[in-house]
Amino acid sequence: MRVMAQVAMVMNLDKCIGCHTCSVTCKQAWTNRTGTEYVWFNNVETRPGQGYPRRYEDQEKWQGGWVRTASGGIKLRSGGRLKKLLTIFASPVQPEMDDYYEPWTYDYETLTNAPLGDDFPVARPKSLITGRTMAIEQSANWDDSLGGGPGWEERDPIVEKLHAESQERIRFEYEKSFMFFLPRICEHCLNPSCMAACPSGAIYKREEDGIVLVDQDACRGWRQCITGCPYKKIYYNHRSGKAEKCHFCYPRIEAGIPTVCSETCVGRLRHIGIILYDADRVTKAAATKDPKDLYAAQLEVMLDPNDPEVLRAARAQGIAEDWLDAARRSPVYALIKHYRVALPLHPEYRTMPMVWYIPPLSPVVDLLREQGHDAEAAGNLFGAIDALRIPVDYLAELFTAGDPAPVIDVLQKLAAMRSYMREVTLRGKGDPTIAEAVGMTPQAMEQLYRLVAIARYNERYVIPKAHYEMAHNLEEMGCSVDFDGSVTDDGPFGSGSGAPVPVAIETFASMQARRAAAEADQAPPPLPPAGDEVPGVR
Amino acid sequence: MSVFLWGVLPYLTLLLLIGGLWYRRRFDQFGWTSRSSQIYEKSILKIASPLFHYALFAVLGGHLVGLLIPKEWTYRVGISQHTYHLMALVVGGIAGVVCVLALFALIIRRRTNPSVFAATTWNDKGMYVVLTAALVLGLVATFFGGERPNGEEVNYRDTVSVWFRSLFTFKPNIAAMEAATLPFKIHVVVGLLLFCILPLTRLVHAFAAPVQYLFRPYIVYRSRGTRPVQGSSWQTVGQKRTR
Repeated sequence: MRVMAQVAMVMNLDKCIGCHTCSVTCKQAWTNRTGTEYVWFNNVETRPGQGYPRRYEDQEKWQGGWVRTASGGIKLRSGGRLKKLLTIFASPVQPEMDDYYEPWTYDYETLTNAPLGDDFPVARPKSLITGRTMAIEQSANWDDSLGGGPGWEERDPIVEKLHAESQERIRFEYEKSFMFFLPRICEHCLNPSCMAACPSGAIYKREEDGIVLVDQDACRGWRQCITGCPYKKIYYNHRSGKAEKCHFCYPRIEAGIPTVCSETCVGRLRHIGIILYDADRVTKAAATKDPKDLYAAQLEVMLDPNDPEVLRAARAQGIAEDWLDAARRSPVYALIKHYRVALPLHPEYRTMPMVWYIPPLSPVVDLLREQGHDAEAAGNLFGAIDALRIPVDYLAELFTAGDPAPVIDVLQKLAAMRSYMREVTLRGKGDPTIAEAVGMTPQAMEQLYRLVAIARYNERYVIPKAHYEMAHNLEEMGCSVDFDGSVTDDGPFGSGSGAPVPVAIETFASMQARRAAAEADQAPPPLPPAGDEVPGVR
Repeated sequence: MSVFLWGVLPYLTLLLLIGGLWYRRRFDQFGWTSRSSQIYEKSILKIASPLFHYALFAVLGGHLVGLLIPKEWTYRVGISQHTYHLMALVVGGIAGVVCVLALFALIIRRRTNPSVFAATTWNDKGMYVVLTAALVLGLVATFFGGERPNGEEVNYRDTVSVWFRSLFTFKPNIAAMEAATLPFKIHVVVGLLLFCILPLTRLVHAFAAPVQYLFRPYIVYRSRGTRPVQGSSWQTVGQKRTR
């Protein structure tokens, strides 16, 4: 047993309203640069829909992820090492600009410089690639809320597959359709196929927290990782000629604060925590024969942080006590393995993804309500989950390689929680038979409710800090606070003097105060003053 | 002049090549990339680029055989000068022509596709001139460098190859190179120029050939503490300044 720690995320899809705040704040933080205009480390897709880049789930075409070999091992779907080296001179099996979109800006200058005339001046779109005037045909989120126009959603690879299998048509007429939002970041897989495909060995997994990063100095721009990643979450910076990807906001995680996408999430639907897993069992689990068993296999790889055997092995591997404590309090572990309400995205790619999702009950609830039923009653909900096969089958293709059983199981738990808590609200006491119907106790029901519905800040995010005794290893360095007083005081030479203070320091200080306040159950302190009044921040 | 061209320039080239590569390695790892333009256009690239590279390997192999193996050795194994010349002409000629055609296809792509053209730097343009010149002049030398204008036959294995091998003993045989025909002389000078500029252009990706991929484990774990520490100048060689 080789115990390793992994920072993981769970997203509660029922709470996603598709506002794209996560995408926008992520972009402002990380990819608002030349060369990364089309790069969205975080994007929110409407499902059913084609996703971004379009139809990325069509692995027959894009060749991402792993496949099981006849001898019971796994190999990259796009080919072995020798084939990769021999065909390195072009890497055509991957999206082009048109599969993403051609980024543009507007000719705003015309608006202010146009001479007086009879017509209003117009800011025409200009390509950020060629600089020429262009016609906007699509973007990262062209089909938001099923707005892609006729025929767009039918091109969703999952819709096509379900259609081929069951001859059932998913209806896109407004009153018969269902939809939900799927925010996606890099999966920070336990068995990443991007990493395996990289000829330079530039992509690596951090031993401490499992975050998958691209060494920008070692990347030589061979672009094999883009083919390798089945989620298409590695992007090519077309200006620097290097691969870039979501890095789980590692400078923030190291300071013990959540990622930008989580911090700014309006629906508070993201949970971040630690998972302990057995690194020795990953490859074997990834080679599980039946894709439908991969979900269970991945659960097996995750270790119980309360098991003394596991703790002993973890300590032997040098995992610190505060990390083990965080693993025990991990909301992510609770949702994934304890309550079993979170599911992995496309386990059939065999990469062992580490961003999991609580599937949405809302398509079922919405359909029930539209048909005039009481969408909160346990009996109605249980019956509907069984009857409304199309949403369930669709979710199963996303989360369990097509096996509806785990999805039904999760949806029933969510339905039971909804009904149980309604009883609590209306009658002051829940009906224990509802909890028992899904194999849970009333107490567990209320704990789950607290975790996913109340979702307090310090319960959503349990992130142990990187160790200060190893602070010289931190990738964000240059904190110059070696004068008296706290970082919020003026420096020795007045405000704004000395070496630049990393932005995360300010965030960390205010975050710590807010956290302490939350723990003391008080109102959060006022935010620090903005702009010049904050010393050291320019 | 002869002493500079055939006695000094080769060593200067080697110095610039090694020095340039050291500089890139030490200060500009971030700029060390093939700078692929595939994301803008792939239908021409996916044919022309592998064709160009494979033909280039054949050309490279031909150069090594022609320059390093003395003609006495091939005589001894029973290959006459006529057979050798025919083989070199056919194999080398085909490889060279394919290489040049693929290069032209890539240059046409680069010029006609607005996205690719917009991503082309002056560094790239200069590099393409030298690269094209070296390849075309090589073809000219292959087909027309075998005899002087007066009809006298000159075997490059008696001239260029002898000079090239003498470079390794640090006693450059300048006279041998002086005896070569003009097409070969020009080709050699342009070829040396190509190697001079190589580390400062996108061609440097040739020295990143990832052979280690065959041997490394699929999953790479790295501790936060083992980040290779080296100087890194952010503004990179051969690239457009970011806006």
